[in-house]
Amino acid sequence: MATLQLNNITKRFGDTEVIKGIDLDVNDREFVVFVGPSGCGKSTLMRMIAGLENATDGDILIDGQRMNDVGPADRGLAMVFQSYALYPHMTVEDNMGFSMRLAKVPKEQRRAKVLEAAKILQLEPLLDRKPKALSGGQRQRVAIGRAIVRNPSIFLFDEPLSNLDAALRVQMRIELARLHDELDATMIYVTHDQIEAMTMADKIVVLRDGVVEQVGSPMALYHHPQNRFVAGFIGSPKMNFLDVTLVDVTPSGVSIRMPGGGERHVPVDGQHLSNDATLELGIRPEHLVLDEQGPLVGQIQVLERLGGQTSLYVKTDEQLITIMADGDVAYRVNDKVRFGFAPERAHLFDADGMALPSLQQHPLAGLTRGDNRANGESASPEASA
Amino acid sequence: MTSLRSSNSASPWRSAASKRVLLAVFGWSVALVIFFPIFWMILTGFKTESAAIADPTLIFSPTLESYQAVQARSGYAHFALNSVAVAFGSTLLALLIAIPSAYAMAFLPTKRTKGTLLWMLSTKMLPSVGVLVPIYLIYRSTGLLDTRTGLIIIYTLMNLPIVVWMLYTFFKDMPKDILEAGRMDGASTLQEVFFLLLPLTLPGIASTGLLSVILSWNEAFWSLNLTSSKAAPLTAYIASFSSPEGLFWAKLSAASTMAIAPILIFGWLTQKQMVRGLTFGAVK
Repeated sequence: MATLQLNNITKRFGDTEVIKGIDLDVNDREFVVFVGPSGCGKSTLMRMIAGLENATDGDILIDGQRMNDVGPADRGLAMVFQSYALYPHMTVEDNMGFSMRLAKVPKEQRRAKVLEAAKILQLEPLLDRKPKALSGGQRQRVAIGRAIVRNPSIFLFDEPLSNLDAALRVQMRIELARLHDELDATMIYVTHDQIEAMTMADKIVVLRDGVVEQVGSPMALYHHPQNRFVAGFIGSPKMNFLDVTLVDVTPSGVSIRMPGGGERHVPVDGQHLSNDATLELGIRPEHLVLDEQGPLVGQIQVLERLGGQTSLYVKTDEQLITIMADGDVAYRVNDKVRFGFAPERAHLFDADGMALPSLQQHPLAGLTRGDNRANGESASPEASA
Repeated sequence: MTSLRSSNSASPWRSAASKRVLLAVFGWSVALVIFFPIFWMILTGFKTESAAIADPTLIFSPTLESYQAVQARSGYAHFALNSVAVAFGSTLLALLIAIPSAYAMAFLPTKRTKGTLLWMLSTKMLPSVGVLVPIYLIYRSTGLLDTRTGLIIIYTLMNLPIVVWMLYTFFKDMPKDILEAGRMDGASTLQEVFFLLLPLTLPGIASTGLLSVILSWNEAFWSLNLTSSKAAPLTAYIASFSSPEGLFWAKLSAASTMAIAPILIFGWLTQKQMVRGLTFGAVK
């Protein structure tokens, strides 16, 4: 059992407020990812949870206990650092056993626990090596092993994959997901990479400038972003934004006129809008479809053929729009294309950048990460036994 | 493409080579100029008194006459032992004080840390003779005159700014993450220092210690003024050959050679460590 609760956490360095009152609940065995652009305060937030930084204000509760004044080692947490932070002068075994050595655990017991963790991470043949004789991926696994050995109630990961190459990152991502199932622990993970967030999280916390922009499952964030920032941050390539004018508001949605004159009816709640409201339309590149009858038109500037997909960068009168199209589209640069979109895929944002709530919940918005795995639920009791 | 490259690179290569030769010649000249007095001193130590004041020449019949005379007059071992005790004692004490200070400055800096560091260094700009009288009087009334303890204290204070500065830069280079990982693993501050910081900055600490030993060994001003016989180190030993008997160049040279020999050998043996430590941060 390990839950984490943050109540109105703030952090000031001198006069600058980097965390501006954050409330958050992390449930037992949840994989929570803090994501945001650099400087958004996500690492600081994690360091406060770890106890490496003091919160200026607010409460940090672990399993209901206030932890603000408890030292980092006594919070029952373990942290994996971006730089791995292995002890360079110690062997892998000593690195993993250091916390137990400090706690004066007898040597045999120490070895047994280290071996157990080494087995989970396939580190057994490396136990006598020093960190500098390991590859990046191996070092990462040792750092994780050092955390596992402590048997923490909550694991903290501070951008653990950003020093690895792309192929290794994918592999470690899968391994971390597997570990989460196997260890049955609560995990908090900081990253600036929205793909890591989307693939691993049960719950994503999007941060910007020390404020939580949205909390939700990956699919909820993707299909129902609450504001323009989250809409632009989650999803790759980035969402396209177009200025549109309001035509009419009905109970079934909002009618808008697009640049170029075409009109569409988007099923969102716009009851509070005034008649002269300025609106912005957001559509993801993968939701734009090439369509001879489409309301939008532009000229292709760049084509990126990825094989399975083709990215089209289309210049309209106002801006450059990205379209993810089929891999076999036969267009060439400078061709004129017409395109459109399914209205229920579109997002509308008001002048403050807030999304108009969608009237149709996306069927996958409630999906959790466990649902993506064959044995998502049944694996848990087995692992804890 | 390839021919273009080779024709282009030929001349810069040649100029780089000649630059290297020039640098080497320059470096060797500087080294020789610096080394020459030491070389001449060693040479003079093996001459007779009359040969020492005759026209300078490299050809003479070497003799141990001066060494025998020096050895007969006073106990070299007594002074040497004092030098060893004072140099190593003051270094140990300085490290003991400087390690916690540098830790605090490197890992828990405040607004005034930089200022404190600069102030410490500025004390090195004060001429020692400026405080000779007060320190002499303090030493006299506390009974520290002509004691090893007295010298150890003054040398420690003399070297402390440099030792703290050097340790500070070495500690600064230490990745903070590693110490934080230690804290997450449950290490107290003291355990952090002993299990992580000291082992990882050992090359730096060693070179700092070596420098402090050498500076203390070579120090003459305080040792001449604060000691007379009991605690006098080798610097006082050399000085004792210049004044009472007039200038006997050969004997003075022999005594000096014997005084610098230990530290020269010590420096030679540890030069690898010294260079490694002094460039510790730079080549990481």
